[in-house]
Amino acid sequence: MLPRLLEFERAMRSAGIPVSVSESIDALKALEHIPLESKDSVRSALATTMVKSQSHRPTFDLLFDLYLGAGRGSVTSITDEVEDPEAAGQDLMDELVDTLATGDDAALAALARRAVSALGRVRSSPTGDWFSQYQVLQGMELNIALGRALRRTGVEGDAPLEDRLRREEFEARLERFREMVLMETRRRVAETRGAEAVARYAVRPRPEDLDFLSATSNEIKELRRAIRPLARKLASRVAMKRRRSNRGGLDMRRTVRRSLSTGGVPFDTAFRHRAPHRPELFVLCDISGSVSRFARFALMLVHALSAQFTKVRSFAFIDTLDEVTRLFEHEDFVTAVDRMNSEANVTWLDGHSDYGTSIEKFLKNHGKDLGPRSTVLILGDARNNYRATKDHALQEIARRARHVYWLNPEPVADWDTGDSAASEYAVHVDKMVEIRNLRGLEDFIAYEL
Amino acid sequence: MKPSHRFSGAEEVTRRLAETGYLAGIGIATVVHIADRLQKPLLVEGPAGVGKTELAKAIASTLGIELIRLQCYEGVDETKTLYEWNYKKQLLRIQAQGDESWDAIEEDIFSEPFLLERPVLKALRSTEPVVLLIDEVDKLDIEAEALLLEVLSDWQVSIPEMGTVVAKQPPFVVLTSNNDRELSEALKRRCLYLYMDYPDAEREKAIVLKRVPEITETLAEQVVRLVRSIRELDLKKSPSISETLDWSRTLLALNIDTLDDDTVRQTLPVLLKFQTDLERAAGHLRLNAKDN
Repeated sequence: MLPRLLEFERAMRSAGIPVSVSESIDALKALEHIPLESKDSVRSALATTMVKSQSHRPTFDLLFDLYLGAGRGSVTSITDEVEDPEAAGQDLMDELVDTLATGDDAALAALARRAVSALGRVRSSPTGDWFSQYQVLQGMELNIALGRALRRTGVEGDAPLEDRLRREEFEARLERFREMVLMETRRRVAETRGAEAVARYAVRPRPEDLDFLSATSNEIKELRRAIRPLARKLASRVAMKRRRSNRGGLDMRRTVRRSLSTGGVPFDTAFRHRAPHRPELFVLCDISGSVSRFARFALMLVHALSAQFTKVRSFAFIDTLDEVTRLFEHEDFVTAVDRMNSEANVTWLDGHSDYGTSIEKFLKNHGKDLGPRSTVLILGDARNNYRATKDHALQEIARRARHVYWLNPEPVADWDTGDSAASEYAVHVDKMVEIRNLRGLEDFIAYEL
Repeated sequence: MKPSHRFSGAEEVTRRLAETGYLAGIGIATVVHIADRLQKPLLVEGPAGVGKTELAKAIASTLGIELIRLQCYEGVDETKTLYEWNYKKQLLRIQAQGDESWDAIEEDIFSEPFLLERPVLKALRSTEPVVLLIDEVDKLDIEAEALLLEVLSDWQVSIPEMGTVVAKQPPFVVLTSNNDRELSEALKRRCLYLYMDYPDAEREKAIVLKRVPEITETLAEQVVRLVRSIRELDLKKSPSISETLDWSRTLLALNIDTLDDDTVRQTLPVLLKFQTDLERAAGHLRLNAKDN
């Protein structure tokens, strides 16, 4: 048990979960008090002692299954050879339809294991068997399972509400089944090839660490789920920082008055409050192509923090600029950003980014609103499609505003390559920062703004 | 019975918590059991209203011991968590001095009668076993959080004027957090961690049946399924367990025995507190499909 556990810990550390020595000792101590034959107890015991943040939990679960999952390297790895995969697929499918209706998770997991045994093996590589989730799902014709399950349980004259709920539940269970199959195939591969090999490709970075520019659409979905809790955390972090820094000098008058209750001895001191600097924020975002994702997440975070600013005004541009502040007035920030793409008037010519024209237009229409209390935030990769940069406009903006920051989602190494005009603009702003992921964005907003 | 062997196993935890009306899944029970055996503080994190605070209360009630609660908020410092000298009383004592020497007075005013015990110190000095609940620890400032570290790892507090107070017996400590900010690594390392999510359908149904006994089983099931469906949405404020219970009671009071589009639409505000959330949920459940 111990060597396996240590191997598991090593894997956790290399996946970025910090497990300290004292935590690992706690884990061993905890194992003394629980029934070791129960997988769930062991999982709970290890999780509670080693994983101290819910965002690490999926990685923990994955590695737990790979390294300490049932029957690794033992009896269950003998695959039941199936004579007729098609018939087997049909049988499994029938069973799945039944299980979907009952909603029994344990049965679902058992079914996933059997399905992978029967259908998952790919005999291709000389170094050992490979198992494929895709092959299992194909073999079982999973895409029609939902319809079948719904027809089987549907009773004539059911309330429509009931129908919709049931459909949703079945979909969720089916999704869970897919995940179980995926996990089972990974576990099987781990049996033949070693857990490390699987861990290397299966462990995904946490949503906060995903690169904006290279994230897949599934990962973007994860990012969206992460944004609201992140915004909430950020808001309280910034608020706390502001509050702590607003303590001014000693307020003699109030201190003396308070001291009257203690016979003139000043036990309770009173301090003045300093009014915090709350900037007016102007956010300009490039919403063309792949940069748009970055700009959208940045906008969401900025608006989540709107209480910390006197005013937030947002502008979107591609080859021309439009103010989108109104969208954020009545709507939740997530919805507002979604609407922005369809409702903002941001293309004029060809729909390729034109930073020069957009910045110039901002200066012309809104430049008079800039003042010593304004902070301007520009979000984009500065890829100007070889058009005129018109950087004198940016220079003028920088002169009028208190601060101008430029957040660039590209790695520094790519700046000024191709059509990027990064350094031409960078000389005029306070700072051009590389922001690759949500964590970077969060830190920038918390510390710089 | 050794103080740290209060339960024989996770099953017993589940059973005894259930007697107090708290239905814990096996995951929660296992962690409580381990926390008891290892005598480690338990940090419970999760969305609002899933029963984090209730867990501490249930543990205290099933063990038949006192619950000492420290409610955290911004600005809480050692004078609110650990101890404070009763300045005013000390002042009176000094003013009332006869011809005692200063040394005698000094010794006197920094002694027991002038000490105001705050929850953490009270828990440490208690001769009886206690449960110490540190509620919403994420609201603490970083400095105040650091104060807890000594307590949570060594069960002791250093008071400069009096020396170190060591716990007669480690209290059962439960810390709760809504995850409003990331707690420090040092604090987390000293605690066992439990993430409490919304319960699964079966457990939530059991909770509804237990807390609202007059409700029929079919209605309870419908309620729970609907609430779960709503929780999947991206809402400002997801319905908590207590809101599920409120909704169940509302339905009972209105004599509704089965849910349909109309009843849901009329009573949904019990569950959701924001207009945008209400609209989103109604859209998701397609409640308005009939009338327009």
